Amino acid sequence: MAITNSETAMSNPMFEDVNVGDALPEIVKHPDTRQLVMYAGASQDFVAIHYDQNVAQEAGHPKVIIHGALKSAWLGELVTSWMGDEGRLLELDVSYRAIDFPDAVATCVGKVTDTRIVDGVGLVELEIGLRQEDGTISTPGRALVSLPTREII
Amino acid sequence: MTTSASSSDSVISEELRSFVGLESIPITYDIERHAVERFAAAIGDTSPMYSDQEAAEASSYGSLIAPPTFFRSLLPGDYPKPYPEPFAHILDGGSKYRYNEPVRVGDQITVVRKITDLFEKHGRMGTMLFKISEISYTNQLDRLVATQTTTTITYGTGEKDSGVGDH
Repeated sequence: MAITNSETAMSNPMFEDVNVGDALPEIVKHPDTRQLVMYAGASQDFVAIHYDQNVAQEAGHPKVIIHGALKSAWLGELVTSWMGDEGRLLELDVSYRAIDFPDAVATCVGKVTDTRIVDGVGLVELEIGLRQEDGTISTPGRALVSLPTREII
Repeated sequence: MTTSASSSDSVISEELRSFVGLESIPITYDIERHAVERFAAAIGDTSPMYSDQEAAEASSYGSLIAPPTFFRSLLPGDYPKPYPEPFAHILDGGSKYRYNEPVRVGDQITVVRKITDLFEKHGRMGTMLFKISEISYTNQLDRLVATQTTTTITYGTGEKDSGVGDH
């Protein structure tokens, strides 16, 4: 399988190299209805607002909407591809404030908001979000990861 | 949106309230390589940790692992009695995951869901029911690998969305 983002996936940052304010490499998603069907099957989420136009409209939406959990999966990828295989994801919080639709570009963004060492473990706090084409953050969130340290603390 | 005719009455009946603290019937899943692969493909995550056995075995994980939100595919079991969902439509409000260790291909994960809070709000969509659930994921070594706290919002009348009961 082709690895399209191998540079970020293999970056394996060390705790000492990470600073508050650092931006994570953005991930751009181009969701379509095919992906929603794939996600429905893979996640066993058969809520019909994600694939049936009539049900979506009855529920008050202009058309089928993206699964919130698919958006959180993208934000998970944003964090795990940045932290690399030596990092560990400890916490992931996502809040679906606005609805996203297929056939619009969605960009995963994030930045470092805190770094600290607790019990010898290098912890990095991240602010993350899904940005719509007009700049609105539809899905804000946060994550906590541990990164390897160069020095033995 | 029209306002619900009974918006002044609480939709949280005594029967519904009795679900707070009640645990779902535990259900155990085998974490299968192809299910993980399909999930990673569906979310569009090409990390070799989810699909390339050799690369995953050579990594710090030592084996194929599942993506952090793969838990969404491990649906909790039913409650011991039928949940009286009062509304027809559903929205996901968000999730909070806490991870203790990664899920590996070959693991057996037991899922239990518990409703920790129910409350209602009145808004644009009429009366909305907010349900906070805590879902625990325990592996075959009896270690709690992760928890997910979810906020589920239901609202509106009419024909029930076929998936409303699953969340």
